[in-house]
Amino acid sequence: MLEIIKQPWPWYIAGPLIGLTVPALLLLGNKHFGISANLRHICAACVPAKVPFFKYDWKKEIWNLLFVLGIIIGGAIAASWLQNPSAIELHPKLAEELAGYGITNYESLVPTELFSFQSLFTGRGFLIMVVGGFIVGFGTRYAGGCTSGHSIMGLSNLQWPSLVATISFMVGGFIMANFILPFIMTL
Amino acid sequence: MTENKTTISSFDTDHEVRALDTMCINESHLTHKWYHNIKYIIVGILFGIVFVKAEVISWFRIQEMFRLQSFHMFGVIGSAVAVGVLSVWLIKRYKLKTIYGEQIEFHPKKFNKGQIYGGLLFGLGWAMTGACPGPLFAQVGTGALAVIVTILSAVAGTWVYGYFRDRLPH
Repeated sequence: MLEIIKQPWPWYIAGPLIGLTVPALLLLGNKHFGISANLRHICAACVPAKVPFFKYDWKKEIWNLLFVLGIIIGGAIAASWLQNPSAIELHPKLAEELAGYGITNYESLVPTELFSFQSLFTGRGFLIMVVGGFIVGFGTRYAGGCTSGHSIMGLSNLQWPSLVATISFMVGGFIMANFILPFIMTL
Repeated sequence: MTENKTTISSFDTDHEVRALDTMCINESHLTHKWYHNIKYIIVGILFGIVFVKAEVISWFRIQEMFRLQSFHMFGVIGSAVAVGVLSVWLIKRYKLKTIYGEQIEFHPKKFNKGQIYGGLLFGLGWAMTGACPGPLFAQVGTGALAVIVTILSAVAGTWVYGYFRDRLPH
């Protein structure tokens, strides 16, 4: 049994389980699934600085910060005891492209050549980790949600603005991965 | 609670402020002791495990998705939405209540241009970091500690958005 769990889970197992988070949170306490709002709660809790957008009772959303704490713990549990012993299997075209940028280690879920404290001091490492993170935070709040809030919760509730947001996410990602990232990776 | 012309401490207004540009909020009108929140940690743990095991948090899988080289991520998101749609429909259809007997609430989301501009920006960032906010946290859990830098940067991005919010087109 454990051997089966340790294998990478197929989409038709993982997707429905992720989808079940929506009714689970609603039934447990009228909570709407979404993660990027936590970045705002962290701002509201730590550096509200008289910005109206951060002046609200963030303690009402502690459930969500705890949900994220759970995600971190879940990540640690999966990595410690349920980890697939073999490296990730990549599409050969992607492997070929990445090899051109010197990325050949697939042992970790994030490429160690890009995501490390040393990499922060390289052009591409700084852009990907720091600038990338910044626009994830800026963009999700500007859009009013991320993949969970819009693409899963919003679409589950058939909200057409969430469909607009989801399409925008995909267009942005497509442009970056295909046209901009190849340049960044050479820096 | 401090008062100024933009915030009023009454409950409903606080709800409005929290709901500004946010899909996901606590719609409950009940207050509970702190330990009632433990169940959200448990849901988070299960969710985090699925994230790792389905390789949703893999930078490589996100690259494949945006290069249309793999169906995996589209399958994950698509089937998650299908289950979500069915669940929400059932909850509305049978007017299901929470375990505390409270009516489950839904509020329609208004369109604004931020969903396009912000959405495009987030998409650019998503393909760079190879992670949306949930997976960023799960990655830290798996031991990729350098991703803490990315999260702090995302918090900074959120703060800068909040600061310039009134001057941005919406």
